[in-house]
Amino acid sequence: MSGYLFEREEHKELRRQAQRFAAAEIAPHAHEWEEACEFPRALYPRMAEAGLLGVGYSEEYGGAGGDISHALVAAEEMVLAGKSVGTVVGLGSHGIAIPPIIRLGSEDQKARFVRPVLEGRLISALAITEPGGGSDVARLRTKAERDGDHYVVNGSKTFITSGCRADFVTTAVRTGGERHGGISMLVIERGTPGFTVSRKLEKTGWWASDTAELSFQDCRVPVGNLIGDEGSGFLTIMMNFVTERLSLASQCVAIGELAYRESVAYSTQREAFGRTLGGFQVLRHKLADMATRIAAARALTGECVIRFLDGEESPSMAAMAKNTATDMCSWVCDQAVQIHGGYGYMREYVVERLYRDARLYPIGGGTREIMNEIISKVEGY
Amino acid sequence: MKILVTAKRVPDPESTIKVNSSGDGIEEAGIKWVVNPFDEIAIEEALRVKEAQGDAEVVVVSIGPSEAQEQLRTGLAMGADRAILVTGENLDTSAVAKILVKIVEKESPDIVITGKQAIDDDSNEVGQMTAQLLGWPQATFISELKIADDKSSAECTREVDGGMETISVPLPALITADLRLNEPRYASLPGIMKARKKPLEQIEAASLGVDTTPKIVIKSMAPPPAREAGRIVESVDELVTALQSEAKVL
Repeated sequence: MSGYLFEREEHKELRRQAQRFAAAEIAPHAHEWEEACEFPRALYPRMAEAGLLGVGYSEEYGGAGGDISHALVAAEEMVLAGKSVGTVVGLGSHGIAIPPIIRLGSEDQKARFVRPVLEGRLISALAITEPGGGSDVARLRTKAERDGDHYVVNGSKTFITSGCRADFVTTAVRTGGERHGGISMLVIERGTPGFTVSRKLEKTGWWASDTAELSFQDCRVPVGNLIGDEGSGFLTIMMNFVTERLSLASQCVAIGELAYRESVAYSTQREAFGRTLGGFQVLRHKLADMATRIAAARALTGECVIRFLDGEESPSMAAMAKNTATDMCSWVCDQAVQIHGGYGYMREYVVERLYRDARLYPIGGGTREIMNEIISKVEGY
Repeated sequence: MKILVTAKRVPDPESTIKVNSSGDGIEEAGIKWVVNPFDEIAIEEALRVKEAQGDAEVVVVSIGPSEAQEQLRTGLAMGADRAILVTGENLDTSAVAKILVKIVEKESPDIVITGKQAIDDDSNEVGQMTAQLLGWPQATFISELKIADDKSSAECTREVDGGMETISVPLPALITADLRLNEPRYASLPGIMKARKKPLEQIEAASLGVDTTPKIVIKSMAPPPAREAGRIVESVDELVTALQSEAKVL
């Protein structure tokens, strides 16, 4: 298996570094952290020190440089070598939380929020989904009413990755009228009176990363924490989605690849009826089908990345890549469990965890159905 | 000050190693290659010396296949200033030492740092042989390095049986790095990008006028015998009996 077509020598070197980091810092604790539903906060500065937290972000704001292609291969190698999807996605929650600040925030906001995150000093989260609705962003109900130098925020958010520990939350709020035009992005900091983590949610997969329900009750947020202009939130959210979907597609490629590697290793070692599992044609063909679907998902995701870097932001193609990759990932992880038999159903086996982790992807970052709506609209039917 | 440091291309220690079909080497297909971990420690130490001294240059050298460029780029990405690749095939430790001597003579470094051994063949010879051929002092298996203020000598702490030994060597000297010397840094993305533009000189081993005819020929290679499953015994008495009558070690 080779990487993406867009990879150059520097991507391969970056993979080696990410691999070394994840093998040393994550893999030995992967099972423990997943079972504990938390990884140590100290891992953020460790990752920043290794130069990996800021990959894909400008050095101007404390990043390590590079673009989305670098960020994706580094994250992929973290999954492959670290073997804890929950830890990697928890460490990566800034991938959706800080781009709106980089894109539209003031220099002061970038200094206060972006740099400390990329240095591993602050944890960030993005909050859009509400208990009353997720996909229907335009109807979100969390209100932010202007009162002098503050916005008074009331409402709640749910399914917020890293929300339990976040030092600030990039939050979508309604500052204006109904529908798209009334939405703004506001940075709400931990400790602001009225902002509480109402629940730590228990999930199917991604255990090592925390997921929160957040509550805002007469929460007074300084006007200086508004990102961009009032009413610019919807567009910001939509722009964020393209890169988020590519990133989710690439996580699926990494998870599929890891499940595949575990399956290949298991089939060469496990014996049944006097030969290894790999001695059975039906097993070899199953592995071949897994490899094929992974290659197809990787190819489409890679093409999307190349087009994106060429300046072509295609929401429908990103949606296609996400659906292709999530379908592949769900199927490959299911097959991996089947290959492992009874062991595949046991929590101590990596594939059991990957099978659960895989279930997130057709839901998070826009459901499979929403992806198809985007594709339908662009296709014109 | 100039520091010359080595970077051998070796299989990733995490790789599964299989003997090849002709039985005289390992199956190389599908193996990931990395910088010898002890060399990585050597590179880190060279960089620390450079950072402490300010005006030092770090030159990283690899001797082996042309693919070892990758390992040199890793060294450059970590922060080395330039690289030299000596290409050649079927080079044993003696040949590598003789080639390294030629490079040292050409570069005249103040310190040569190598890993104490490479993790592929575990020979633990190149550093010592090179020092001997150069007629240089050597400090092997070091876990601490201090350069004297006047840069005329280096104080090296060596790990020896049952303790530590501290010796002082006049410079130039050759040093081999042990595991606890330091924890190598990660190459950052800006470092990786810069590495692409740093000079990498390629030299063919044959052009150095060194006799590289191998003194060691590998006749056969075999995996270690598979370990048989153990057995849990009920009591100390049963264990003693088994050790006496079955294992015959008591």
